[in-house]
Amino acid sequence: MTNPAASKGAAGIKAKHQRLVLVAIALVALIGAALLAIWGLRSQASYFYVPSDILAARPDPDRGVRLGGMVEKGSLKTEPDGVTIAFVVHDGKARVPVKFKGIVPSLFVEGSGVVAEGKLAADGTFVADNLLAKHDEKYVPREMKEMTEAQAKQVVAETQ
Amino acid sequence: MHGFANPARFLRIARWLMPLLMVSGVVLAAASLAWGLFFAPAEGLQGETVRILYIHVPSAWLGMGGWTAIAVASLTELVWRHPLAGIAARAVAVPGAVFTAVCLVTGSLWGRPAWGTWWVWDGRLTSMLVLLFLYFGYAALAQAASGAGQGGSRVPAVFGLIGAVNIPIIHYSVLWWNSLHQPPSISVGKSAMAVDFLVPLLIATVGFSLIFGGVVLARMRAILADIQAEARLRRKAGAAA
Repeated sequence: MTNPAASKGAAGIKAKHQRLVLVAIALVALIGAALLAIWGLRSQASYFYVPSDILAARPDPDRGVRLGGMVEKGSLKTEPDGVTIAFVVHDGKARVPVKFKGIVPSLFVEGSGVVAEGKLAADGTFVADNLLAKHDEKYVPREMKEMTEAQAKQVVAETQ
Repeated sequence: MHGFANPARFLRIARWLMPLLMVSGVVLAAASLAWGLFFAPAEGLQGETVRILYIHVPSAWLGMGGWTAIAVASLTELVWRHPLAGIAARAVAVPGAVFTAVCLVTGSLWGRPAWGTWWVWDGRLTSMLVLLFLYFGYAALAQAASGAGQGGSRVPAVFGLIGAVNIPIIHYSVLWWNSLHQPPSISVGKSAMAVDFLVPLLIATVGFSLIFGGVVLARMRAILADIQAEARLRRKAGAAA
């Protein structure tokens, strides 16, 4: 004994619509699983700590970590030995002094991004044994970079 | 959409569209690369190294776009049983993998002078490497499925949809997590990149995309020809028995 209404309902759904619903449910489950994984990874998947992270939870002095941020303008100094450099990395909220002895990448300049690999010493200085330069998303032609802001605006106005 | 379901009709269009895409793509790509290499300016901080941009960014776009195409084709195959969808997805796998590999190699070559390292395990680089392995897995699965009779297996399509989860992860990796890779320079409606770089880059992207489309059509024709040849052989074997 079949229920005529129910069998009509089942036949009323086209096979392709049924497949569409199944695929949609599977995709929602999949995206949910991916979001959970991303949420779980949110601290582990970061390549470096910014200064405010590292000061909020100081790593052990013998644990290797990466510190990333901007090289503070005017902070870069060479020590009297001629090979050790000292600078300050900041993230707009906190600042960490860094020392490094070695060859710096060519894009390492004040006001640009840097990732330092090393250890946070007990006195709060980050002793780096490797530096990586981080370029930001801005791409400016070399000629424009050497102009002042006003000159660049004038050139843009003239060429338009 | 189903107007193209008839392979004969598709082949009629592909026959003239494929060379058109190839020729226009090669012309645009060559012109934009010449522009980028010889006429575009050097970048303020990076200097001449920036010129690898004109290969790296289109390759990244096509590596990710390729898998997006596989995902759309897989959905079309699973839900609407479109006869060409599975073939299109299979045809995308190899060029997609090649562009992903080009993106990783040029990125590594760029990373050494720009960052001071060939490779780091940050979110962007790792998720892009995962995409390359997904392509290898997809190509192997599609190969195995096409060997088993009439290509009736839906396993590659399911894999194509699951793998699509990686695409937004690649895109947002530089925004969600601290990474050595820069955040995107270009988003819808605005660009942090000067026009001097942006115009040749966009032309290169269009050019490489046209080449990609041409390669996909050529591979679809080859796969259809293979299927036809196999069917003919089977008929002959049946008649002889």
